[in-house]
Amino acid sequence: MRVNLTVNGRPQEADDVWEGESLLYVLRERLGLPGSKNACEQGECGSCTVRLDGVPVCACLVAAGQAEGREVVTVEGLAEYARQRSSGDAGDTPDLAPIQQAFIDAGAVQCGFCTPGLLVAADEMLEHNPDPSDADIREALSGNLCRCTGYEKIMDAVRLAAARQQEAV
Amino acid sequence: MDFLRPASWEEALAAKAEHPSAVPIAGGTDVMVEINFDHRRPEYLLDLNRVADLYEWETGEDTVRLGASVPYTKIMENLRSELPGLALASHTVASPQIRNRGGVGGNLGTASPAGDAHPALLAAGAEVEAESVRGSRRIPIDDFYTGVKRNALAPDELIRAVHIKKADGPQQYSKVGTRNAMVIAVCAFGLALHPGTRTVRTGIGSAAPTPVRATVAEDFLNAALEEGGFWDNGKIITPSVAKEFAGLCAAACNPIDDVRGTASYRRHAVGVMARRTLTWTWESYRGARRTSEGAA
Repeated sequence: MRVNLTVNGRPQEADDVWEGESLLYVLRERLGLPGSKNACEQGECGSCTVRLDGVPVCACLVAAGQAEGREVVTVEGLAEYARQRSSGDAGDTPDLAPIQQAFIDAGAVQCGFCTPGLLVAADEMLEHNPDPSDADIREALSGNLCRCTGYEKIMDAVRLAAARQQEAV
Repeated sequence: MDFLRPASWEEALAAKAEHPSAVPIAGGTDVMVEINFDHRRPEYLLDLNRVADLYEWETGEDTVRLGASVPYTKIMENLRSELPGLALASHTVASPQIRNRGGVGGNLGTASPAGDAHPALLAAGAEVEAESVRGSRRIPIDDFYTGVKRNALAPDELIRAVHIKKADGPQQYSKVGTRNAMVIAVCAFGLALHPGTRTVRTGIGSAAPTPVRATVAEDFLNAALEEGGFWDNGKIITPSVAKEFAGLCAAACNPIDDVRGTASYRRHAVGVMARRTLTWTWESYRGARRTSEGAA
């Protein structure tokens, strides 16, 4: 079947999609967007977290056909998504969203496999909760597993991004 | 495989009547796992995402009519005062990503004994609104679970909504797992005080082939509370009563040994949760009584 959807602001069309296929497979294998990672395929790890009509979901658990006509944001579109949110007007898109820069600055990336999902989840939390407590951060990221960092640097990164976001206001 | 995409409830019912083997998919948090792992190859997938009224809820005088696809996140955010037990249970579901997609209709459709919503529904009291092209019916929650991952739905029926009694007293929910997030219950327990009818209802998860109520324990407790005048005098529940209640709840289990825990651990833990949730809710009931008497 054919699936039409908007990904990172661009209309996309995927052909020959198998009916049982996941949105994650469509993004990675048909649309050339391998940022969202394929790890557990059962919603346990959060590596495939994307925004579906603004809501963070595991792309591995969304049937491709369910994404028909809907808007998806992946880690590849995060910088532009964050820019539009903060400035609203047209302008140059920086290479990285603030949360991405914060992950680099805090050393929150080791093997990197969980990072795209964490970035999407953390960015969404900061959108709704600009001044999160540690408990808020832990809860928002509780669906994203990282086996390298022990999470401390990830916590640092999110705190850093929150602080920078508040300074910018 | 065919992907059926009804745009309305009527179309969904017609599709299910035409293809009774079609597997409904809403949040996908159960169905997609089975497909991803090749455990299931349904002939038809029946996508319910476009049926908008499944995402709505209405608060009536005595009940909340909860659309089958209302995500757990919305229940936590919007129905905490009407359905406190279910809101607490919703918060224990997996992770934010899963709670954004999954809903009670899927929990009921899958009918796993480990489904997080079941103990809360059993304790609050609920009816499942099932419909087919033949008509609509309300299935009492006590009659809904018929076996391991089996329910009372006919092959052509879909779950449209759940009618859950609004809380008329404190409710609690407790779940045992190895961590707070992303955990399938080792066992779970829901308890609701119903001061209006002077009854207590319970729900046990993951400790029997189906979610069950501890009816013998409820009967014992209802009689003990009545006899001691507890609903009126607001006294602390006698420890021996709480202990007997806990023991009867443990006895209501019919658990198995599996990777998540042993049968004897489950029995023990259900007893502990029963005693704790009774204490928590009763303390809250006593507190509310004192406050209202103080105000009067």
